[in-house]
Amino acid sequence: MAEAIKLQEFTCDFKDEVANRIPEANFDLCLTCGTCTGGCPASEQYGMDPRKFLRMLLLGMDDEIKKSPWAWVCTMCGRCMSACPMKINIPKFVYNVRASWDRDKRPKGIRGSCDQHIKAGNAMGVPKEDFVFTVEDVANEIREASPEFSDLEITADRVGAYMALNQNSREPVTEPDELGPLWKILHRAKADWTYPTVMWGGENYCMFLADDEGWRYIMEEFVYHIEHNLKCKVVVNTE
Amino acid sequence: MRKYNIPHTFEFKSIIELYAQWIKDGTLKVNSDWNKDLKIKFTVQDPCNIGRKIGTNKIVDDLRFVVKAVVGEENFVDMVPNRSNNYCCGGGGGALQGGHTEQRRAYGKVKFDQIIETGAKYVITPCHNCHAQIEDMCHHYGGNYHTLHLWTIICLAMGVLGENERTYLGPDLAEFGLDIEGGIQ
Repeated sequence: MAEAIKLQEFTCDFKDEVANRIPEANFDLCLTCGTCTGGCPASEQYGMDPRKFLRMLLLGMDDEIKKSPWAWVCTMCGRCMSACPMKINIPKFVYNVRASWDRDKRPKGIRGSCDQHIKAGNAMGVPKEDFVFTVEDVANEIREASPEFSDLEITADRVGAYMALNQNSREPVTEPDELGPLWKILHRAKADWTYPTVMWGGENYCMFLADDEGWRYIMEEFVYHIEHNLKCKVVVNTE
Repeated sequence: MRKYNIPHTFEFKSIIELYAQWIKDGTLKVNSDWNKDLKIKFTVQDPCNIGRKIGTNKIVDDLRFVVKAVVGEENFVDMVPNRSNNYCCGGGGGALQGGHTEQRRAYGKVKFDQIIETGAKYVITPCHNCHAQIEDMCHHYGGNYHTLHLWTIICLAMGVLGENERTYLGPDLAEFGLDIEGGIQ
């Protein structure tokens, strides 16, 4: 039989901690209506749902929250918050639960991708030279295969290009042929663009890992490269 | 950048906004004539990051504009709910590398059922995570749809999709627009 929760045993340390970090999160305004849970595809996984998770925060069940793997099943998609009549920021709550885990206890796959991104500028850990080589190789094939793209030119770090494009690093690594269609469209549109070679991966696993420091570092390096080195006017997210 | 208040002067755009802009101003010439008689049905997955999370339907509406321009308005079937009220596919937030595979797939069942409900043969996924998750759902739950990157179908409609750029097309379109030597017609 389920045990009753003894409220006097709880203090709400974690709630206070998270609320300090996100003052606009409005945790105390929860009406327990369950609209969040009704529209959440992660509901019931590991016996958890957004309402339950939030109630646990408000009841001070800090250990149970931090132990639950549910924070890694929720995708922080934001549907709960957008449906919530009180606009409670459940995704940021989940982000902070993730951040409360020891870094080396967080999921290995996500952590590995974040570490690679910090080190190599993309989650697959592709060295810059390999990225540039793959791009040139695929571009060569296209130039040879189709006369209408014989003048296709793909540049990396071209100073003064109007646009800088990021690219999900799985494309050059696991399916390089998928680069071609994107380039062909840009070629047809006569776009003036280049690939930056600093933090060029379009993905962001440090955000998923809730590694604030790593995430910030990636963004700062990227912005510096675009602003000070390449001087592009527009950054284009390709996904 | 907003989160960390990193100052910058460049503008941040989605490629989907550019596709839509280029089609509207005539820079990019596309049409859906190729699908007029084939009548192959397409649906589209709204990535949460360019829908709900930006607080406006601007980009996901552009996405529909682009897809309709290349497959034909009558061949586009929307999922319900959609746009900023869509369901996440379950591949976001790092879930594909998070290790909770069984839970990720149970999460994705909502999306899988939505896709099946449209009856569409192709799901266009402009986000790499959504692409991987929706393709995995198809294998896992035994669906019969194909999962496409957006650029694939744009290039197919422009008649410039190369022979080696067709990994995700089904048998009905695998050779569409190719001449017998394998070049582009």
